[in-house]
Amino acid sequence: MSEILIMVLCTLGALFILIAALGIYRMPDFYTRLSVTVKASTLGVGCILGAVAIYFYDFSVSTKVFAIIFFLFITSPVAAYMISRTAYLSGVKLWKGSVVDELQNSEYLKDGEPTASKPEQPKPNDQIPPSL
Amino acid sequence: MTLQQYLLYIVSPIICLALIIIFIRFLKGPKVVDRVIAIDLIITSGVGLIGVFCIIYDIPSFLDVATILALIAFLSTIAFAYYIDQGDKNGKR
Repeated sequence: MSEILIMVLCTLGALFILIAALGIYRMPDFYTRLSVTVKASTLGVGCILGAVAIYFYDFSVSTKVFAIIFFLFITSPVAAYMISRTAYLSGVKLWKGSVVDELQNSEYLKDGEPTASKPEQPKPNDQIPPSL
Repeated sequence: MTLQQYLLYIVSPIICLALIIIFIRFLKGPKVVDRVIAIDLIITSGVGLIGVFCIIYDIPSFLDVATILALIAFLSTIAFAYYIDQGDKNGKR
């Protein structure tokens, strides 16, 4: 009985990892690639490590597995947030079919840095009056 | 078909195919950040492959390697993000 459960969990995990790989290969944009990758791969690795914990049925192995799953579930959204923020600040363009860009006119971007989609408007303080 | 044969002949080839597809994206990636998330996904899939190998060869000690790999994936992504951000501030990319 537990063998069937292990087989099902491992197959689900491998299929989720394959879906993540297809997503990172086929998606048109950096942000959509990131959005597919993080969720699917985290869930797939979680399924496989759960299968490991069921197979060994040992306290030390279960503790290690729980530590790895907890670490992955905590850190992968943080890493995705950091790398997407860096990508937006460094000028990676959105896909042309993207609907909304909420950071376009936001104060979140630092002063003076060029944005991704369109350059910032010149500030009124910087303009020198042409005729004196 | 026993559990070990199933994992060895069906599950691990699926993960290896996924690794090959991710590596194609790593070679093609138009920007640096694409390559960074490709490396992150390769290491995360490697953690899954190590978990499958634990069951196939019945050795639970491989999970220590999986712990270290999960830590390295997070640290490398954070380090690359910090590095690219600082490089942009100085006008380079």
